[in-house]
Amino acid sequence: MSGHVFHPGHDDLHGITVVLETANGRTVIGRWHERVEKGVVLHDAATNEPGAQQTRDDFVARSLKFGVKPEHRTLVVSDEIVSVRKLAEL
Amino acid sequence: MAYPDLMTRPMREEVTRLGIQELKTTAEVDAVMGEGEGTVLVFVNSVCGCAAGGARPALTLALQHGVKPGKVVSVFAGVDGEATQRARSFFSDYQPSSPSLALLKDGEVVHFVHRHMIEGKHPQQIAAELTAAFDKYC
Repeated sequence: MSGHVFHPGHDDLHGITVVLETANGRTVIGRWHERVEKGVVLHDAATNEPGAQQTRDDFVARSLKFGVKPEHRTLVVSDEIVSVRKLAEL
Repeated sequence: MAYPDLMTRPMREEVTRLGIQELKTTAEVDAVMGEGEGTVLVFVNSVCGCAAGGARPALTLALQHGVKPGKVVSVFAGVDGEATQRARSFFSDYQPSSPSLALLKDGEVVHFVHRHMIEGKHPQQIAAELTAAFDKYC
């Protein structure tokens, strides 16, 4: 790496685009910033709600191919999270 | 937010020393990309240490490959805003992210590397994926 890192000291997922599945069926994709007391803070995040016209699989597939549509500059996911995966590994 | 030149200059130089043309204005973008002919690799540079810190060395490695795009250019997201926006208009089906790389052939995007495909990877891995695309399309 070139060493131009300006925000050291965060956890391993900091700066990584993740797919969060919540207990209520919501899927959230965004760039992990940090975990705080209220939940997980994501940047440039997009959400897919249960029952949405776009299925969860399409939502993830489209994000993989065309990138994440940043619906929320910053989003705190406070729902119960049942899985965390890296988007690039799906 | 404008980043100070003192911060961004090393990141620019890491790219320009490879012989990559940095595009700072919309006119410069149009002059290179408006032709819509041949292969062009566009590197969207970024101040993000997490991803760009891997992308720039990957670009260095990839450009040592025998097969390369006809032109390689860069724009700097968050620094040269208008030029970056104009460059992105040539691959507008793809959500903006930085760093990212777009490989165009005759004006069409044939390969796109999003930020999420760079994050957490070693430069060698990113470079290998890029050179595979060079072999396929260039």
